[in-house]
Amino acid sequence: MSTETLSQLDVDRTRGDFHYPEQHTFDAGSGLSHATVDYISNVKGEPDWIREFRHKALDVFFSKPMPTHWASEDLENIIFEKIRYYLANAQRPTRSWDEVPDDVKRTFERLGIPEQERKFLAGVEAQFDSEAVYSNMKKALGDQGVVFVGSTDGLKEHPELFKKWFGKVIPTGDNKFSALNSAVFSGGSFIYVPPGVKVKHPLQAYFRINAENFGQFERTLIIADEGSEVMYMEGCTAPKFETATLHSAVVELVALKGAKIQYVTVQNWSANVFNLVTKRAIAHEEAEVKWIDCNIGSRLTMKYPGVILKGRKARGEVLSIALANNGQHQDTGAKMIHAADETTSNIIAKSISIGKGRSSYRGLVHIPKHLKGCKNNTECDALLINSTSRTDTYPAITVRGSGNSVQHEASVSQVSAEQIFYMQQRGLSEAQAMSLSVNGFVNDLVREFPMEYSVELKRLIDLEMEDSVG
Amino acid sequence: MSLVIHNLHARVVGGQQILRGLNLEIEKGSVHAIMGPNGSGKSTLSKVIAGHPDYEVTEGEVLLDGVNVLGMEPDARSRAGLFLAFQYPVEIPGVSNANFIRAALQARLAAGEELEATEYYGDLYKEMDRLEIPRNFTARSVNEGFSGGEKKRNEVLQMAMLKPSYAILDETDSGLDIDALKVVSAGVNALRGPSLGILVITHYQRLLDYITPDVVHVLVAGRIVRSAGPELALELEAKGYDWIRDELSEAALAAEPVHA
Repeated sequence: MSTETLSQLDVDRTRGDFHYPEQHTFDAGSGLSHATVDYISNVKGEPDWIREFRHKALDVFFSKPMPTHWASEDLENIIFEKIRYYLANAQRPTRSWDEVPDDVKRTFERLGIPEQERKFLAGVEAQFDSEAVYSNMKKALGDQGVVFVGSTDGLKEHPELFKKWFGKVIPTGDNKFSALNSAVFSGGSFIYVPPGVKVKHPLQAYFRINAENFGQFERTLIIADEGSEVMYMEGCTAPKFETATLHSAVVELVALKGAKIQYVTVQNWSANVFNLVTKRAIAHEEAEVKWIDCNIGSRLTMKYPGVILKGRKARGEVLSIALANNGQHQDTGAKMIHAADETTSNIIAKSISIGKGRSSYRGLVHIPKHLKGCKNNTECDALLINSTSRTDTYPAITVRGSGNSVQHEASVSQVSAEQIFYMQQRGLSEAQAMSLSVNGFVNDLVREFPMEYSVELKRLIDLEMEDSVG
Repeated sequence: MSLVIHNLHARVVGGQQILRGLNLEIEKGSVHAIMGPNGSGKSTLSKVIAGHPDYEVTEGEVLLDGVNVLGMEPDARSRAGLFLAFQYPVEIPGVSNANFIRAALQARLAAGEELEATEYYGDLYKEMDRLEIPRNFTARSVNEGFSGGEKKRNEVLQMAMLKPSYAILDETDSGLDIDALKVVSAGVNALRGPSLGILVITHYQRLLDYITPDVVHVLVAGRIVRSAGPELALELEAKGYDWIRDELSEAALAAEPVHA
């Protein structure tokens, strides 16, 4: 576990680290201006209200300072003029893998997407750089009125629904990066589940960055109508480039009365990606929203999935795992805004810091004075692998009123040399020993995950630990 | 076939010399015991043989069936057939006993080979029954929240499952009440046989009432100073360690140590 060997290591991402030569029909070029916004809007043939929405958002983006007064100064290293904001080959995704261009299809085959689709998914959307190249859903769901399309098609085919909720959960000016996304967004999913419809199998989106100096800005909007249920899973990878890549998504979830949404993310970004994502849900009366968020890889991730508990007895949950390897900073957490009586929220966050990796937990829990019977439980645990690893916790809990309860627990532990020696004495290599410790640390959380994703997560942790030992 | 410790000198990394020319040979099929006063180097010996990173060997060799293991990583030594039952078994939160032992067995298989699950659980349950370990033990995290007795039983269980050629039991009696001591000793005795050499390290004679050694060695100041049959343990129990120290000072500690 010497830190010298760790610092020399380059994270090898065997599965995601490859890319094919680019050929783009649509390219907005480098740099960001109102002309970029017009290019995107023109290519997509958007209605005026969206075009205006984008232009206003760009002004908000320009006017907002970088949040470096509280967040990492590494944000200053994003060179917005060098980034390419829109790259696509076609405007419409195909419904069949056979029609997807060969190299793109090979990309997703290497990532195992078509295979997973056959095995256990109800629908898949595969995004390559700026746009979805493939989008398909089991026919039975379509017959039930479920909509699962890209954001572009969502806007075209379901304008009333789209307009009603778009930008309502996360306003443009929420933060600098939600403004950026609002200006240049493309791709992402639009999902509508009609009242009472329970989608048994997960819908999955896969976000793949292929191009260098690229910014991916998908925009996802999921509306679960009264009493419906849906699970959405997203995976993300990018090849490792020398230059910075930017991924800045906005995800809005609306769970109407009694609806349940589960949103699962397993991201495995390469170490050059700035991953700055805003995710938030509104839970109406008796609705449940659960975010399961696994952050592996990236150079800097800033992500704090939130739930606004708007209706009585609404429930919000964030289960998050972050793994910060050498040179990475996972700045993650959760937000729970209680806005009705008897709302409950649960946050369990576990972070692992390896080598010089750094993880930060930021949590916001807000329960105003006039509410009754609200409960929050927050647990955040950090595991440090080396003496050079770092973790910070920034909880912000405001709970007023006498009829509400809050529980907060935090712990920091370290994988000790004695633990590793003990496991090695039983025949496990140092990497296997560390991997087992880390898997043990996250074990109780992972049990809550869908099977397929817990297997994937374990595999990713094993890979990271192998790399960190060398 | 034996575990040979030859002229072993070792110290804490960058610190004090603890082992000063230790010689010992444990043949397969035999049980040796090392006794010694506090600070004589008993636990250091077990850690050095197993390759603990806190210690460095300054001279000598440790040969496992003729192969010097000192250049090997601790895990390679384990896979070569060396087992250490820890004095203080370490807790591994979140990792179940069943998964841990399974991973340790899996690590002994060639790449691409998979442990057969049914067979594994069959073996595991058999050994657990022998050690009077209840079935819910498999799902509990390794040593987490275990009593002293449970931890030591777990060490013997792992030993039974991993089938080493040589096992070192480091103060296995510490923290055990008499009932637990009997169970653990019976577990160890059941493993005795021609394919296993055992080194029992203990401060007290008590354990040796249950695990009868073939040879008893006395360790003082990093060297074996006396070796004899099991009666030596009783003598130590009766007289303490001082008489050996006194005899030794006459023979002058600077002289060559008595070989086993």
